[in-house]
Amino acid sequence: MFAYIVRRLMFAVPILIGVNFITFALFFMISTPDDMARAQLGAKQTTPEMIEAWKVSRGYDKPLFINLEEDGIDKISETLFFQESLKLFTFDFGESDSGRQISADIQERMIPSLSIALPTFFIGIITNITFALLIILFRGSTLDTVTMMIAVAIMSVSGLFYIIAGQVLFSQMLHWVPISGYETGWEGVKFLILPVLIGVFAGLGAGVRWYRSIFLEEIHKDYIRTARAKGLSEIKILFKHLLQNGLLPILTGIVVVIPSLFMGSLIMESFFAIPGLGSYTIDAIQSQDFGIVKAMVFLGSVLYIIGLILTDISYTFFDPRVRLST
Amino acid sequence: MSLVPLWTDYMIWGLVIAIVFWARIIGKSPEIKRQWRLVFESKVAIVSTVILLFYVFIALIDSIHFIQTAPQAFDGATEIIKPQSVFDAIFSHLANESERTYSAPFALVEHNKSMQVLASGEVKYLYLPLQNIDPTASILLESIKGFFIGIGLSLLLILPHVFWRSVKNSTSFLQRLKDVWQQKTVIPWFNAYITFAIILTLFSIFYVLSFSYHVLGTDKVGGDVFYEALKSIRTGMLIGVLTTLVMLPLALILGISAGLFKGWVDDVIQYLYTTLNSIPGVLLIAAAVLVMQVMMSNNPDWFTSTEERADMRLLFLILILGVTSWTGLCRLLRAETLKISQLEFVIAAKAFGVSKFKVITQHILPNLMHIVLISVVLDFSGLVLAEAVLSYVGIGVDPTMHSWGNMINQARLEMARMPMVWWSLFSAFFFMFVLVLAANLFSDRVQTVLDPRGLSRSEK
Repeated sequence: MFAYIVRRLMFAVPILIGVNFITFALFFMISTPDDMARAQLGAKQTTPEMIEAWKVSRGYDKPLFINLEEDGIDKISETLFFQESLKLFTFDFGESDSGRQISADIQERMIPSLSIALPTFFIGIITNITFALLIILFRGSTLDTVTMMIAVAIMSVSGLFYIIAGQVLFSQMLHWVPISGYETGWEGVKFLILPVLIGVFAGLGAGVRWYRSIFLEEIHKDYIRTARAKGLSEIKILFKHLLQNGLLPILTGIVVVIPSLFMGSLIMESFFAIPGLGSYTIDAIQSQDFGIVKAMVFLGSVLYIIGLILTDISYTFFDPRVRLST
Repeated sequence: MSLVPLWTDYMIWGLVIAIVFWARIIGKSPEIKRQWRLVFESKVAIVSTVILLFYVFIALIDSIHFIQTAPQAFDGATEIIKPQSVFDAIFSHLANESERTYSAPFALVEHNKSMQVLASGEVKYLYLPLQNIDPTASILLESIKGFFIGIGLSLLLILPHVFWRSVKNSTSFLQRLKDVWQQKTVIPWFNAYITFAIILTLFSIFYVLSFSYHVLGTDKVGGDVFYEALKSIRTGMLIGVLTTLVMLPLALILGISAGLFKGWVDDVIQYLYTTLNSIPGVLLIAAAVLVMQVMMSNNPDWFTSTEERADMRLLFLILILGVTSWTGLCRLLRAETLKISQLEFVIAAKAFGVSKFKVITQHILPNLMHIVLISVVLDFSGLVLAEAVLSYVGIGVDPTMHSWGNMINQARLEMARMPMVWWSLFSAFFFMFVLVLAANLFSDRVQTVLDPRGLSRSEK
């Protein structure tokens, strides 16, 4: 098992280098070291010598990908790309345009992001599965058709609508919850209720349809027929036998998303003024702060790759038939 | 008057012509004909098709741009001539006139009081009357007028179609009419006609009323919301449709070669899409759009007018969306190609010495078409919804361009205002919802007919 995980982690390295290459290429196309030096030193009275000195002091004077002046391994390592990648791999994201440490900011903002993303995720899954099972109970009936139509309708509404409508209805008109904001500790729960509920509701349509199709595949299998033949009640069959067996594809399907929960939700956090990573990213995009965007791209890919590895591991963990090929 | 097509105009018309050609070629196969007939046998499918066609039609007439050669002004002042679309010409009474600021649907006065100095020198806060409306027009009478125009127009268009179908089925016109009315036709034409008539009638009522009132109110700078919402159809459709044009060749070529050639080609392509896929979509789009913005502001001489600039930005956005969204389809196609290339008919074709190119075009491609089609239709609704979110984040279409995302974004800032300015938001969400709902229902039907085993569903 351990060897397998290590091997999978090794696979992740070329992918991360690829991600790095893409971000590096994208951002160096528009802000070359010269531009950065000019921005840092101030536009006025910058002489070419000052720019040169600044570049040398930051290590920006090296060639981009291959350094022909060096020997052996240094041909690759004494370059801008290698240097920048190495910084990212140690999660040293440098400073943002406003002069703050990006790594520290990210650590600080992870908790608010999670406090929205985790409840939304888990409550969402539980509601989706419950609804899907109940609909399976009435499969083929008019209720099934109508619910599926409603699910399509829920899917077809823009997520922005749910947020705006929810804020207007529950905060502005009924005054049940504050419209936006964030506090730590139990006091802050009142700020989280609305975004979590909206998040769950917005995902309901697509979620119920997906889980329903998974359960429908299971329902024609032999073990269900056996359970029925034993005379078990339909409810018991659904919530015990079907759920247990249907959980495998569900679990392995959702594991990939879990690490990415750290990234938070862009739209939700920005509408509800939650100081998480999502609103951090959005602010960075709107103020064109490339350092932060670069860091978030890298972090997002790392989390996604962790998700992929976790998926592989969860397969072997939950389904003993799957062997880890070595 | 001279035509001045924008880049996106060429693309969307080219695509329409290509689809018509493709349909002609593919329509020769009885098997495919049977499948499509099956798709349209569902009432839901045909109703959503009519709705989609309505959106397509608006988008298309909004994609023929021309410049009106204005009569020379006497005082020598050169008027700025903007390229106009056929749609703008139809709606010229809304396109060229605007109020000062917000006003509610059918309102006679502005939404907010403004300061006014009276003749007596007194300063008062008043609701100023709107300028471009005709308060004497009766809403009821105008609606009735619009209703009859709509019904008349629908009949004018439906009856020839009934006649054409009757000739094709070699029945008499009256018999055909009776069949349609009693819903005896295989394809539920009755529902199609009814939907068509309803849409057309509603549209003409609104159109007639729009001459005397702002039927959906006006926005912050006084633009008519009805006109804006309709203008946004083109943007939404372009993003939904043209992105597939960018994505398809990439996904097809890479997916098929990975599945067919295996070995290092497969490894490279898999590495490519895993890498691209691992970057969160919005961030990749954001990064690329930021780069594009900087490049465009560094090269202002690329464009001659704001329209062209906005159009170029839309084109870039479509390109970026296409480049970031081919990975899912590519993975599906690769897996399917791997499977198909093991089947007997492909092996036999290879044994007979059929060239690789022919194996792909004759044997593999036709068997991938259903996956391509389903994922294209599925992606469409996602892209239309994504446009709104991207505009909100600030990486969407140009702010000067009419789009639902921009409408929502602008109206969102007024949420705190009491009484609420709801009509902009409502119109944008409503027009978007109808389009996406129709697309979703249609794609559901296509999926059940073309892919009963739910192959492509597992990816979602």
